[in-house]
Amino acid sequence: MFQRRSISNQLTFFQKIRSFDFILLGCVLTIGIISCFSMYSTDGGEILYHSKSHTIRFLVFFFMMLVLSFFNIKFWHATGYLFYFIVLAFLIWASFYGITASGSQRWISLYFINLQPSELMKIAIIVCFARYYHRTNVSDVNSFKNLLLPITILIIPIVLVVSQPDLGTSILIALSGLVVLWLAGLNIKYFIYSSLFFVISLPFVISFLEPYQKLRILTFFNPDKDPLGAGYQIIQSKIAIGSGGLTGKGFLKGTQSYLDFLPEKHTDFIFTLFSEEHGFTGSIFLLILYAIMIFRILRIGSFTRSYFAKLYCFSFAAAIFIYITVNMSMVLGLLPIVGSPLPIMSYGGSSMLATMIGLSIVMSSKIYGKQQIS
Amino acid sequence: MISGSDTSFKKLNTINRRMFIFSAAKVVVFTGIVARLFSLQINENKKYLTLSDKNRLREWKLPPERGEIKDFFGNTIAGNLKVYQLHVVPEQVEDFKYLMVRLKDILELSDKQFARIIKKKRSQKPWETLVVSENLSWDQFSKVNFYLHELVGAKPVLSVARSYPHNENFTHVLGYVAQASESDLANNEIIKKNHVPGLRVGKIGLEKAFENDLIGSNGIQRYEVNAYGKRINQIDFLEGKKGKNIRLTIDTEVQKLSNELLADKSGSISVMDIYTGDILAMHSSPSFNPNLFLYGISQKDWQDIRGNPLKPLINKTVAGLYSPGSTIKPIVALSALENDIISPKLTVRCTGKMEMYGQAYHCWKKKGHGYMNLRNALKQSCDTYFYEIARKLGVDRLNKTALKFGLGEKVFGETFIDEKKGLVPSTKWKKDNLGLGWVLGETLITGIGQGYIQTTPLQLCLMTAQLANGGYKIYPRIRVQENQDTAEVIKNKMKLMADKKIEDENTTISPIIKAQNFLNNQENEHEVLYRNPENVKFVLEAMWGSTNEVMGTSYGSRFDDKKYQFAGKTGTAQVKKITERQRELELKAKDMPYEDRDHALYVAFGPYKNPRYALSIIVEHGGSGSTTAAPMAKKLFKLIIDRHEEREKIIKNNSIIS
Repeated sequence: MFQRRSISNQLTFFQKIRSFDFILLGCVLTIGIISCFSMYSTDGGEILYHSKSHTIRFLVFFFMMLVLSFFNIKFWHATGYLFYFIVLAFLIWASFYGITASGSQRWISLYFINLQPSELMKIAIIVCFARYYHRTNVSDVNSFKNLLLPITILIIPIVLVVSQPDLGTSILIALSGLVVLWLAGLNIKYFIYSSLFFVISLPFVISFLEPYQKLRILTFFNPDKDPLGAGYQIIQSKIAIGSGGLTGKGFLKGTQSYLDFLPEKHTDFIFTLFSEEHGFTGSIFLLILYAIMIFRILRIGSFTRSYFAKLYCFSFAAAIFIYITVNMSMVLGLLPIVGSPLPIMSYGGSSMLATMIGLSIVMSSKIYGKQQIS
Repeated sequence: MISGSDTSFKKLNTINRRMFIFSAAKVVVFTGIVARLFSLQINENKKYLTLSDKNRLREWKLPPERGEIKDFFGNTIAGNLKVYQLHVVPEQVEDFKYLMVRLKDILELSDKQFARIIKKKRSQKPWETLVVSENLSWDQFSKVNFYLHELVGAKPVLSVARSYPHNENFTHVLGYVAQASESDLANNEIIKKNHVPGLRVGKIGLEKAFENDLIGSNGIQRYEVNAYGKRINQIDFLEGKKGKNIRLTIDTEVQKLSNELLADKSGSISVMDIYTGDILAMHSSPSFNPNLFLYGISQKDWQDIRGNPLKPLINKTVAGLYSPGSTIKPIVALSALENDIISPKLTVRCTGKMEMYGQAYHCWKKKGHGYMNLRNALKQSCDTYFYEIARKLGVDRLNKTALKFGLGEKVFGETFIDEKKGLVPSTKWKKDNLGLGWVLGETLITGIGQGYIQTTPLQLCLMTAQLANGGYKIYPRIRVQENQDTAEVIKNKMKLMADKKIEDENTTISPIIKAQNFLNNQENEHEVLYRNPENVKFVLEAMWGSTNEVMGTSYGSRFDDKKYQFAGKTGTAQVKKITERQRELELKAKDMPYEDRDHALYVAFGPYKNPRYALSIIVEHGGSGSTTAAPMAKKLFKLIIDRHEEREKIIKNNSIIS
């Protein structure tokens, strides 16, 4: 198996550091710093619980990402299934012994952090699929056997997460998985069939949803119907963003968030707060940072040699893109409100951890880009 | 892995192709997000800024300070009193129940009052001020301040409330204020605009008539609030505007005297300037203290007022309808003269009654007056003589003259919402309203002011004033305003009108041109009401005789001093038809039950030589005009004429600006 020893195995520590993608790191760091300042703003201009814990998490996980980047891409390839099963075990654990908060049992208590395994699953599913398709011939991708397994792999966590209940995350897991399937070369007709099936089964799916989830979907189509109830979040978010204008109301001067009109401003609506305070220019700046980030990840993916790393990078870039768009579309009133954090910006340790692990695999693909995985 | 390179090439091909497709999709979606951001933040920025301000800014309107009402001499008759109030803003109180129980204890509130406050709290928004007590006594105020540290959220404040320093003296003229009702808000845009909970607005009288001037405008406190409605900080404060002060033509001294004269009686006194139409006094008795209404009247006081058989709630001056009795006679006489029905020399023999179609019409003097001419008939108020001229005149001609002189029409138009029109009958009126033909006997009794005819005391006063000024139309006014004509100006205008009338009569121009001239002439406001000024003079002179000559009906109330001399006409209006039997018994007023007694009336003007003021007095069930009403006129004229100089001085110096 290892007749051709990879060159990168002989790379020195400094060579490894030099082959880091510094532009990507710079983007992540900048977004991180922005997120810390935004968190400071949500605390009303004081260093309180949220800003403190977010900053610490960012720094810890960023450092962790740097360390993990030195892991050979082979390591991720080798542990791809393991990673998936560990996270799956966590998910099952969560559904039995998880911590319940705001009506949803999503968290498991590790002694240093309350972990939300569903967030990690977003990455694990990509790694797992990348590993799976690394070996599969393109002609076999569409065979029944090769279809059944990935779908099972995908369905199990989705069902678990939906039953927490956490619609937002389960949709994101599903989308992450589907993206990999698409990039791996799954015939386009399956996507068409399944989306047709989805549309047809939608009424049945809706009947299984929790009342609050149904309400959210209905509210999305007509937020003004109940402006103080279910439509409140969408309306207030649009007001906040719209009133930001070209340059925003100024740092710490976002009245919508400062006066508590914005709900969930630390987590899902962090972009709203940022956009209110920094306006159109600030929002575009942030979008550009994310765009560069995605571009750099794609670039790493296209230069990397192994199919595993390539598939992983492309899928991860697509997944990050989906998280960003879903979150932004949601706060801009383009999609219904489903819980979905904005990567790096939103408060939440698990999401940050997942993103950083994901990025470290990308970075590892860069450093060990010349490595072939047989 | 031999075939590997081929499959892996295919694999790479697929993934790269699909990655590019996906990237293109990403660009499209990102563009969509940017477009959405652009539309919200740039295109619709204004809209969302407004919405955001609407979210964060909340205005608190402060009650406007009501304008004061002053009398002619600048004395306040409706003012604002500083009062101590206790306010609570429920949302700022941690334990509302505890606070209320403590306050109930300290203020010694009754269970009923307590329940009312709780009810009021429920009807308000939690950030609106709840007025626990509108008028703390000094005792209560100091007690609250003493315990203030235990009463977190309670705020003793100094506020203003309406006060009527002259108590019952101006009640009916001014009306009163009370909390604005739904209909007040619905009918008056200005009240609606300035409304705050607990705002008091005029309910009746001048307080209502001049509401739009008196109300002022709100002060506004603008606060930034958070999503829960809690005030964060004050953004700005706009001071409100106090309502306009209004100065009335009324003389408090004359008004007070009117009140004294009518004490314990039911009736009305009106005093008017015969040129300017300025009301010097306008009183309706019995009155009540309007201050009782300010903080919610007690059940007992309200029952006393409502249950009083003398009906203090009615403003009798404008809303009381009375048969004018003999006070109509000057108009009947004038109408007969103007229409050339009779000459003053016409003599009628009064035997105490007149018979027509088998019906007897009695003169008030059972024995009869003997031979009477017009002057004596007016002076002695001979009913028989007036039956005769009324018969000759006919009700329709009388109706025209009476209408001209101000009967049958609201004196103040829309100023007093309760003012009544009264009724001056005519054949047409009877046909239209009762569907019956006019009967001659009705003409006879109309000639002595009985029957269908109904007048308000203020109409009688206006009628007398328009006679006394020589027969010119005047426009009663109760509010002093800038650039109002003075008596001198009006006198000149009247003189011009008289000259013009003579001129018109002497030149033979077509009536069309006359009418055009009339319309073009801006000076036509003090319209000439007579045909021949001598007729008016004759009537006035006869009225002088009635008061100042032996045998005159109000001879007992005369002044010998020329300065105060006045001329008048008594009236005694029957309330109930007198039966033949009662007539034989010659019942004295005091022997009859109160509600059957006649109304006593008196109209007069003075000083006689150069008249300036007219008045009307009505005492319900007061007996006869000469014994009850005329003596009041004497006291009034003394005061009015004594105060004339002072009034003129103010007009000349224009010293009080409202």
